[in-house]
Amino acid sequence: MTTRKSSTVYSPVFTDGSEHRIPTFKLLKQDGSLYKNGRAPDLDKAEARRIYHAMVTTRVLDERMLAAQRQGRLSFYMQCTGEEAAVIGSTAALSDTDMIMAQYREQGALAYRGFTIDEFMNQLFGNDRDYGKGRQMPVHYGSDRLHYMTISSPLATQISQATGYAYGQKMAGDGACTIVYFGEGAASEGDFHAGLNMAAVHRVPAIFMCRNNGYAISTPVVEQYAGDGIAPRGSGYGMDTIRVDGNDILAVYQATEAARRLAVEDNRPVLIEAMTYRLAAHSSSDDPSGYRSKDEEATWHSKDPILRMKYWLEEREWWSESEEKALQESLRREVLDTMKQAQKRPPPPLESLITDVYDEVPPALDEQFDRLKAHIRRHPDAYPKSAAHVQGGE
Amino acid sequence: MAEMNMLQAINNALDTAMAANERVLCFGEDVGVFGGVFRATSNLQQKYGRDRCFNTPLVEQGIVGFANGLAAQGSYPVAEIQFADYIFPAFDQIVNESAKFRYRSGNLFDVGGLTIRAPYGGGIAGGLYHSQSPEAYFAHTPGLNVVVPRNPHQAKGLLLGAINDPNPTLFFEPKRLYRASTGEVPDGEYQLPLGKAEVLKEGTDVTVLGWGAQMEVIDKAVEMTEKDGISCEVIDLRSILPWDRETVAASVLKTGRLVITHEAPMTGGFAGEIAAAIQERCFLYLESPITRVTGLDTPFPLVLEKEHLPNHLKVYEAIRESVEF
Repeated sequence: MTTRKSSTVYSPVFTDGSEHRIPTFKLLKQDGSLYKNGRAPDLDKAEARRIYHAMVTTRVLDERMLAAQRQGRLSFYMQCTGEEAAVIGSTAALSDTDMIMAQYREQGALAYRGFTIDEFMNQLFGNDRDYGKGRQMPVHYGSDRLHYMTISSPLATQISQATGYAYGQKMAGDGACTIVYFGEGAASEGDFHAGLNMAAVHRVPAIFMCRNNGYAISTPVVEQYAGDGIAPRGSGYGMDTIRVDGNDILAVYQATEAARRLAVEDNRPVLIEAMTYRLAAHSSSDDPSGYRSKDEEATWHSKDPILRMKYWLEEREWWSESEEKALQESLRREVLDTMKQAQKRPPPPLESLITDVYDEVPPALDEQFDRLKAHIRRHPDAYPKSAAHVQGGE
Repeated sequence: MAEMNMLQAINNALDTAMAANERVLCFGEDVGVFGGVFRATSNLQQKYGRDRCFNTPLVEQGIVGFANGLAAQGSYPVAEIQFADYIFPAFDQIVNESAKFRYRSGNLFDVGGLTIRAPYGGGIAGGLYHSQSPEAYFAHTPGLNVVVPRNPHQAKGLLLGAINDPNPTLFFEPKRLYRASTGEVPDGEYQLPLGKAEVLKEGTDVTVLGWGAQMEVIDKAVEMTEKDGISCEVIDLRSILPWDRETVAASVLKTGRLVITHEAPMTGGFAGEIAAAIQERCFLYLESPITRVTGLDTPFPLVLEKEHLPNHLKVYEAIRESVEF
């Protein structure tokens, strides 16, 4: 039981918390040099290059797939441009077997863990190789192999689930933790409150990673909250909390590394608020020019987290312009080639409509399916994706 | 075998499940050392420790979200919602998350170990928010099991069935019968199958169908009609979702008449689904319209509770009308 010393006053004294502004942790300047008092985390060359590779992969994938959506090849897409350091830096500071529960703008975490371009494409096109069997919209990735829980659209639902998942990890005693990502908009949902409060009360090994990128679709943060961002809420729940520069790969990495120690060794959940900016549109269905200025976007383009890391790598002679050029070219080629292959693959079989609702198909659903198949046989032209699956007599 | 009331049977089922599998956990509001406001979780914390039976903060969406996460991790959470009336804050977690977890992930992940227990139903002067029967809201959600027991033997067997079933299950307990219903309950582990109705009494003139606390009402009504020389076939549906159409249809093909009764309001109630499905299957065999005896289409009232509820007299009249049609 925690007891806190309470002081007493004898007239009404109110507080809005403004005397406790939470500072922002930074290590890396935009030119790739360190702040005077900062000490870089213990990142070796191989690990630093793995992180950078994932950041560039994510950027290239996002650029090409948005273009593909604009060409009408893909129904929907969401970029994570500008937030690569916040996501990949935090994932990199974890064990590769820690659970990731994401919102939808965290494809960088998957790229870091080794989700292949082929795996991304299969989900985006919902073809017969998509793990999700073509059931969900593009960008709703999942991978049990990489400990990445399948994304769902309802915002913040994964936050309270992460608390439960981490409780199970604590009970199993396997020294693992859960990181859960969400935007500052999602933090307004009730599940944020539920998940953080329960995590603090039940002391679960979880890291709550908020990507505060300034906007929830068109809604700027001034219309999302009146307090000092998301971070003070963590302290309100009695949770260890830190705010980092989300475009600073070294600060994000170091903060998450320390958070993981607190979570796993002491069962102290941690809230990290990563301050960043959503450089792209919310999604392929959104045009940000209606609600924010070009000047504002330009300011944040000059804080590009990938460039910042690149300068740091180059200063240490861990990366060169020729390597950069080769990587960009090979990734672009791989994305394009793989996209063509994925697009050509057949859709999931018709049976995928009715399997996995339950562990077994209930008889009533089986009956509905039989009727559907008979109907498709009578109107094969109306169902080009599945007519071939039901050929043969009734 | 021991004589138990329904609460003791539920407590015994949880004890049995926790003893058999250390990954079974019980939690919810006041579930811990206090043992729950109805005492369904009595002594479980004392026996299995604070890590496996514990109080949560007062937040239903959090309880179910937490349970979803635990189940996805491979545990067997048995979450308690204090009253079914307060399950609605968790509606999103149940409908959008629990029910769709396996389907949307292509079976990479599931919450099959999840069970949510909640006391439901009226007859205890509970007014609007301690009386509701929300099963039909969930019956519209593919991916869930919805189960309602009628007596202590059922409660233990179906709850153990729910905990061990590889799909998320809502388990609604008729709180009016918590202490009122008693009977012999086996000591050890036994499971009753989900998705299966039970024919309690064979008959030839009319099929009378219900679930949970309403079975007691049906028993009284049927006793009256039998004195009038009407032979009733009585069925306890037990599982609302997925429900056992075969058993109900086979009965109606035989009797030609169907009376369905539930406490929840009529419009959108689960009797509507049963009536439609049985009408499709048994059209040429029906000798009278399928009849529904339900709560009124109002919020659940306090003082006029008796008038609101579908009691044995209303069910009796409906059976007679069906047979005399």
